[in-house]
Amino acid sequence: MSDKVFIKSADDLELVKDAFLKRLHNYKYRVLVCSGGGCVSANCHAVKNALLQAIKDNGIEDQVLVSETGCIGTCNLGPVMAVMPEEVFYTKLTPADIPAIVKSHLVDGNICQENTYYDIALQKRVSRLKDIEFFKNQVKIALRNCGSIDYSSIEEYIANDGYMAAAKALGEMTRQQVIEEVTNSGLRGRGGAGFPTGIKWKAGYEADGDEKYIVCNADEGDPGAFMDRSIIEGDPHSIIEGLMIGAYAIGAKKGFAYIRAEYPLAIERFNAALAQAREMGILGENIFSSGFNFDIEVRIGAGAFVCGEETALMASVEGGRGEPRQKPPFPFQKGLLGKPTIINNVETLANIPPIIFKGSQWYAGFGTEKSKGTKVFALAGDINNTGLVEVPIGMPLRDIVYGIGGGIPGGREYKAAQIGGPSGGCIPKEHLDTPVDYDSLTKLGAIMGSGGLIIMDEDKCMVDVAKYFMDFVQNESCGKCIPCRLGTKRMKQILEKITDGKGTPEDIDELEAIARDVTATALCGLGQTASNPILSTLRSFRNEYEEHVTDKKCATGKCKELVSYRVLAEICKKCGLCAKNCPATAITGSKEEPYEIDESKCIKCGICLEKCPFEAISTN
Amino acid sequence: MNIELDASKCCCAQEKDEQKYKRFDSVISGYKDKEGNLIQILHYAQGIFGCISPELQEYIAEKTGIPVSKVHGVVTFYAHFSTEPKGEHIIKVCMGTACFVLGAKDIVDALSDKLGIGVGETTKDGKYTLEVTRCIGACGLAPVMTIDDVVYQQVDKKKVEQILNNEEVKEHE
Ligand SMILES: Cc1cc2nc3c(=O)[nH]c(=O)nc-3n(C[C@H](O)[C@H](O)[C@H](O)COP(=O)(O)O)c2cc1C
Ligand code: FES
Repeated sequence: MSDKVFIKSADDLELVKDAFLKRLHNYKYRVLVCSGGGCVSANCHAVKNALLQAIKDNGIEDQVLVSETGCIGTCNLGPVMAVMPEEVFYTKLTPADIPAIVKSHLVDGNICQENTYYDIALQKRVSRLKDIEFFKNQVKIALRNCGSIDYSSIEEYIANDGYMAAAKALGEMTRQQVIEEVTNSGLRGRGGAGFPTGIKWKAGYEADGDEKYIVCNADEGDPGAFMDRSIIEGDPHSIIEGLMIGAYAIGAKKGFAYIRAEYPLAIERFNAALAQAREMGILGENIFSSGFNFDIEVRIGAGAFVCGEETALMASVEGGRGEPRQKPPFPFQKGLLGKPTIINNVETLANIPPIIFKGSQWYAGFGTEKSKGTKVFALAGDINNTGLVEVPIGMPLRDIVYGIGGGIPGGREYKAAQIGGPSGGCIPKEHLDTPVDYDSLTKLGAIMGSGGLIIMDEDKCMVDVAKYFMDFVQNESCGKCIPCRLGTKRMKQILEKITDGKGTPEDIDELEAIARDVTATALCGLGQTASNPILSTLRSFRNEYEEHVTDKKCATGKCKELVSYRVLAEICKKCGLCAKNCPATAITGSKEEPYEIDESKCIKCGICLEKCPFEAISTN
Repeated sequence: MNIELDASKCCCAQEKDEQKYKRFDSVISGYKDKEGNLIQILHYAQGIFGCISPELQEYIAEKTGIPVSKVHGVVTFYAHFSTEPKGEHIIKVCMGTACFVLGAKDIVDALSDKLGIGVGETTKDGKYTLEVTRCIGACGLAPVMTIDDVVYQQVDKKKVEQILNNEEVKEHE
């Protein structure tokens, strides 16, 4: 039998909280080993096992509590761990590092400096979390528990005021009051469209029907983003609580969580959390003795980007092909199984409990006039500190890139940030000081999107990037409507033509015209936003497109067909390695004759460039 | 009932067809709402049998009472389901934005070259299937590739060679 208590009221939650804190108090140290996606890939489990072993070897099991926690955020430094209460942050660990750290820090009380966090920009070690630039300017609301609690412990979630918001909503607030609180907080949907959550809930509340549904959209379609996954994996209970509060507000008894099949770990941890909540009576019947019944079912996606779109998502939850349909009727009118349905994104839901618990005024204190609160970003690409960050909305992009992100590696120049994934756009250097909020980004032809933030340095070709996204959406277009099915295909063909060096200036005009037509006529959000990467790169980097078609040049060398290789006679030492390795025998020369590349034979494989020990091969 | 991905792990090699069908039957009968759970049922099918062949689609249709046209429509709509068997090991290259920006295309080319197959294809000896996938959430370690469950980080052309060589060695152990 399990030792879980059955929760009937907010007071019961307090008891669980006290008991947990008391237990934690018995330990001298708490070690939090990051088990986020990045660290799991870097084999954090081996580090954890080494840790447990070393603790045992030193006989300090009763002094140190080791727990796995969700993504701490510094994904390129994994495996990482934090030693509490001192907040000492160890990075790039290997199992071999562990015995020394345990002995020195956990036994003797001396921090192992050489394994602590190294700040690339400052070029020095900074050992404590609170002093690290990467963390200092973040405000963690949706990620409040990610990286600071044991994701698998419902008790620890409760000890951090978890489920208190649900108890408060169900016990003390009317449904209208809950909706009002969410409306006043100014929270806007974090799934991409930015629709005010309170207004959506109100529509759900007012919709007629004795059966309604609430759905968590965890399809996380943006191909370079992992915020939602990290929240579910690192703090699954926050999503259960968010769904529960939403269900109460709109009058639903059943919720669904639609999670992508590519996230088995998220599915596993969410299911485990559901089981715990049921066991403690937090899901089920008569929750908190309020008479309210609610439970959640997990549905797993099967690899279709369009299923992130809400009408397609519902079709998929119902077990069919995930094809979108015309709106209206909107899901709140006619959703799952024809019943009123409210769909919210993972991050949106994670924000709900603190809003209810601490109040809308508190939440609205973060952010800008029109965009309240915080936003989580998956920061990646050409940036020193990649990882998961949460910042107040409205923070200038420069502060994210150069402050939190620590700048561009290798001292190279920033070229653009791609924000919003396949529906988003690029922000060029001139706009680095733009505040990152819904309206400012829209003005620049980008979108806030779900939170993918990819930084690109000067070596990236923007036409190539546009082609990448077009390739993605063309692949993912469900084919139901003609503008999207044919338009994306044609746009991709034109982009291929341009990057292959066969483009003409008219192609650019045609590309732009099709892009606008598809935006105006496609059935669902996928097609309507599919052109954004093209339109936004055309807007900021039109010269690059022109260079490709008129000069037949790709300044960055990314478009292979446009690169021409040349031997720099002044540098060439006539070693002959290039000629020896050239698979097309396009290079001739000898000890006496200077080496030369025959352009007509060259297949642009780049092997000569790779093999030359003297950097005597130049491109373009 | 929620799907337990583990329970659907492919054991093709060790299991006889009969056992597979038996295992699969018990899955199907576990779902009361068969239509709404078609995708979950298909996840099991793919897991147990390795792919969802036309015969299996007919079998599912018969067992669930869902028209075979619908079963087929759903199977072919989703990238996760495959109608043809895959190789023993699945190599996936992340083509998420972060990995793309940091050179995932070169990895695909290198693998393609080495294995002599294109994306979506399986080597003649049935050993490897090469696929591309979307962000696997390891963007901080980009570019990444996976072989079955193992993630390889910051991969480049050279590393591809090493990784494949190591695989060969493992095979012969
Ligand atoms: C093509 C397409 C893909 C989408 N993918 C996602 C997704 O992966 N996750 C998500 O939460 N919303 C996605 N959305 C937005 C949803 O349709 C919907 O607006 C959102 O889930 C609503 O939740 P929110 O109001 O909390 O943001 C997508 C929309 C489109 C058009
Ligand atoms: S883009 Fe490859 S892991 Fe995220």
